[in-house]
Amino acid sequence: MNDVLLPFFAAILGGALRVGVPFLFVSLGECLTEKSGRINLGLEGVLVLSAMAGFGGSYLSGSAWIGVLVAAAAGALLALLHGLLCSLPRVNDVATGIALMLLGTGLAFYLGKPLIQPQAPQLPPLALGNWSESSVLQAALQVNPLLPLGIVLAVLLYLGFARTRWGLLVRLAGDSAAATKALGYSVNSIRIAATAAGGAIAGLGGASLTLFYPGSWNEGISSGQGLIAVALVIFARWSPLRCVGAALLFGGAGAIGPALQSIGISQGYYLFGGVPYVLTLVILVFTCKPGAVAKGSPGELSSVK
Amino acid sequence: MRDSVANIALPVGALIAALLLFGFFVWLGGVSPVETWVLLFKGAFGDWFSWQNTLQRAAPLMLTALCVALPARAGLVIIGGEGALVLGALAAAALPYAVPVPHNIVGTVMVCVAGMLAGGAWIALAGALRQYRGVNETISSLLLAYTAIAIFKQLVEGPLRDPATLNKPSTRSLAEGILIGGIGGSDVHWGLVLGVIACLGLGLWLAVTASGFSVRVVGGNPRTAQLVGLPATRLILLACALGGACAGLAGAVEVAAVHTNANASLIAGYGYAGILVAFIARQNPIAIIPVAILFGGFGAAGSLLQRRLDLPDASVQVLQGIAFVLILASEALRNLDWAALGQKLKRSSGPVASASGETAA
Repeated sequence: MNDVLLPFFAAILGGALRVGVPFLFVSLGECLTEKSGRINLGLEGVLVLSAMAGFGGSYLSGSAWIGVLVAAAAGALLALLHGLLCSLPRVNDVATGIALMLLGTGLAFYLGKPLIQPQAPQLPPLALGNWSESSVLQAALQVNPLLPLGIVLAVLLYLGFARTRWGLLVRLAGDSAAATKALGYSVNSIRIAATAAGGAIAGLGGASLTLFYPGSWNEGISSGQGLIAVALVIFARWSPLRCVGAALLFGGAGAIGPALQSIGISQGYYLFGGVPYVLTLVILVFTCKPGAVAKGSPGELSSVK
Repeated sequence: MRDSVANIALPVGALIAALLLFGFFVWLGGVSPVETWVLLFKGAFGDWFSWQNTLQRAAPLMLTALCVALPARAGLVIIGGEGALVLGALAAAALPYAVPVPHNIVGTVMVCVAGMLAGGAWIALAGALRQYRGVNETISSLLLAYTAIAIFKQLVEGPLRDPATLNKPSTRSLAEGILIGGIGGSDVHWGLVLGVIACLGLGLWLAVTASGFSVRVVGGNPRTAQLVGLPATRLILLACALGGACAGLAGAVEVAAVHTNANASLIAGYGYAGILVAFIARQNPIAIIPVAILFGGFGAAGSLLQRRLDLPDASVQVLQGIAFVLILASEALRNLDWAALGQKLKRSSGPVASASGETAA
């Protein structure tokens, strides 16, 4: 019994810690963007483009950490474009997000063509499982070094929103554009800055896709994590701390299929691949209410009205 | 009048700008932009062979664009047309497993209807989730699309798989009599006619019928719709179901006219390209026809760019992305006061022009 259950749960845990990392960064990035009153569906494009850029940066420079920086910069640039476009009059943020999703993935596939074959230097795993006797548990606890960074970032964002002047300004722009203007601040500048910073954070998620196990760049690298992030933020009720839990939950859900396969059950492999999407949908069905604004949502957000 | 000029001038201008920017982009990679433009045109509309390829791709684009445009006219942003297409294809290919399908035109109609029902139900589900549960339809339709793809892969690689297909898991092929053939012996199949009829028919429906008009009221001004007592939920579900049925039909036609069975190459991104087509056509079903042909052409030219200039196959996707961004950005120019801007330019350039001895006309 134990011979089957332990590997199964170790695989789920390992999957949650591995697959959850990109979810964590993208949802933190989306959270910051939405707090300022805009929605960025283009984070899917940001994720794919930064995954490619991070891999390319690591390959060309020989250092995975430079790759991480390149990924964040690429993410910030594409998100900055989103921020600027949405500041134009009569330009809708949902439609712009869809456009940037197409543009980001297109650019990534175009520029990343030569990167499909080579191997790039990878981030060294943190071995958190050395206390355990079990080799499967040790393998499962080979953690992505960006995961602690993500958790620190979540705490910082939480404290930032609660305690700092900058955080207050972002929340102000998200809750009432009129009040922000009345206080003499530019709503657009705040939102552009928050969107770009959110893109940089999401870019770290891209880096964790290509610079950690299994660690290669290909055109199927993302399967909608950037979009699921939008739903995750609703689920996390716009709290950076709750984003951590939500991201790990989704990582675990996505790991059910591979975990079952690792103990010899390959029935329904593709169906289990669909679990995160169905789970997101079910959560949305239960957390949304018709005609009511979601709890904790920024007042200026168009998507939740 | 001014409005309709802007409706055509803005997208056309944005498309031209997108082609220029794309030329600049490939030039950065050391490829001649002029050659790229020429090949784009040749590969899309250069000869009869290119035209056939273009029209073959335009057919599903028209139908998936309708899956965005019809809900959009009712006020919903649906981007999960890919899911409806995939499920439509699956339903069409799976129908002969479930019921006996005659090997003639009746069978063709039956598989097409199966595809339409599957696609329509899928998108109507996104509409229903919004109306009854307040779930954002943009996100739910996309999640439904990914779910549909998971179901598709599971069934095609599992219970519906034809054991004879080893390398590329597929369902059993449809019988010869059910397949949709080419028009007059060409490679252009009757799916194109279905696409054009759907665009024209649904365009007329929106323009002249009472229910079509009601849908536009619900989308354009929900408050008014409520005041005059329109059944908003029913109309929204109708628009979603019709749009989804179109995308499902696209999937069924891809199976019956192109692939003969359901396999993973059906998931080719027609659903996503359809979003772009619908936005450029400003959600107008009749305008979708030329836009779909244009973008079908770009898709057809992609392989020529790849062969002749060694550009990556994603270059068409980059062009689409640039075009989409510029089309949206061009909306910002809509309310610009062109006359005042002209005056201002004239005034500011006046002294320079006279200094160089030219007349500032």
